[in-house]
Amino acid sequence: MEKQVILNSKQFELTINRLCHQLIEIHGDFSSTILIGLQPRGIHVLTRLKERLENILGKEITCGNLDITFYRDDFRRREKPIIPSTTNINFSIENKNIVLIDDVLFTGRTIRSGLDALLAYGRPNRVELLTMIDRRFRRHLPIQADYVGKTVDSMISERVAVEWKEIEGEDKVLLLYTLEGNG
Amino acid sequence: MDNLSVEHLIGIRDLTKADIELIFSTADNFKQVINRPIKKVPSLRDITIANLFFENSTRTKLSFELAEKRLSADVINFSASGSSVSKGETLVDTVNNILSMKVDMVVMRHPNPGAAKFLSDRIGAKVVNAGDGTHEHPTQALLDAFTIREKFGSVEGKKVVIVGDILHSRVALSNILCLQKLGAEVMVCGPTTLIPKHIDKLGVKVSHNLRHALEWCDVANMLRIQLERQDIKYFPSLREYSMLFGLNKEILNSLSKEIVVMHPGPINRGVEITSDVADSKQSLILQQVENGVAIRMAVIYLLAAKIERQ
Repeated sequence: MEKQVILNSKQFELTINRLCHQLIEIHGDFSSTILIGLQPRGIHVLTRLKERLENILGKEITCGNLDITFYRDDFRRREKPIIPSTTNINFSIENKNIVLIDDVLFTGRTIRSGLDALLAYGRPNRVELLTMIDRRFRRHLPIQADYVGKTVDSMISERVAVEWKEIEGEDKVLLLYTLEGNG
Repeated sequence: MDNLSVEHLIGIRDLTKADIELIFSTADNFKQVINRPIKKVPSLRDITIANLFFENSTRTKLSFELAEKRLSADVINFSASGSSVSKGETLVDTVNNILSMKVDMVVMRHPNPGAAKFLSDRIGAKVVNAGDGTHEHPTQALLDAFTIREKFGSVEGKKVVIVGDILHSRVALSNILCLQKLGAEVMVCGPTTLIPKHIDKLGVKVSHNLRHALEWCDVANMLRIQLERQDIKYFPSLREYSMLFGLNKEILNSLSKEIVVMHPGPINRGVEITSDVADSKQSLILQQVENGVAIRMAVIYLLAAKIERQ
């Protein structure tokens, strides 16, 4: 598997900063906005954004984690059932502005499930989508992100991996591909 | 471990410890789901489940039906009373007729021990045993152990006494097997006539003295006297049974430590347990009922994951 760095750690930090300022531009002081990370990998984007936003704004921001396992459209179409992660939404989302957060937007199916899962908690005023990486031209559903860290044009055979300091040791985004796949 | 090792849930005997732990961790998630404003997930949209109850039931039937509906499965219900069973149809015929209506899973309660196994060997659908005679009642044992785990953080090392009609109880057998697989110590307690001979071969302690048993345990699981299954008189009178083996507040308060009390229902108030105990803060009876739905959702979800798509 060959690797190509799409974002190095410096660019990664700049991207997070830019996303934070874009969010502030729209949501102001976040008094009626809630950030919700999609399990499992969206949580890391959320943690980083929350940390940075709280630094800039000097106040706490309401955040939650959402697990979408039971709302997926590929139950029984996979080899194994997917074991769910925890959902952590201990507040009302009624009439709030929600920003759903994930690491990579690809087919859009995860986000579709995420919307269903979210609506089980109530009726938000507005739902937006933030994604670290947007693999455009690869959508199976008509879903687009409102905030994008970086847009990537990629082949189906390729993979995009967002890596985190906390887990993999360094913040970076990689494009993974095999030479045959691209040949 | 992300898949059950069994194709059907016939009894706890067939499950591994890892299976039980997988069911518990899945049930944790479903417990969250049933405490949300919208208590439903769409996972089983394309699954049809038949609930076949050849024996009376309130709690188990409602609990299974609710679990199925909260997973968005289509549900059909059948009770033996008022059906063609009374016209002489055999079990396999009844079930095959129901299966030709394209049913993917069968939840069955039946008065004959082994009925669930018999069925699972003969039909293509997944079978969940909701109680077969005096044999097993696996989902009850799972929800009991799940409730103990929730209360104490773990089942391992806990001491559980099962009091009452052990001889006729499928709940007792399933509970013994489940608790032992999870590392708990089990004692059974009751009149000599209602304790099966050789039950100590299962590795359980036996006592005929309620106070002695209660002093030993962390959890007391009180069972009902199953008069409907008793062909002869096993003890002189319910009054005497209740005096010797009934749990009342007086005994509970006189113990050297605080224990918790469970009951699989239906309760015969004033016989095996008095009202003030059943409704006390030491009682986990209503938590058991709540956890029953989550456990059954988990079992159905994990078995449904093994149904092949056409």
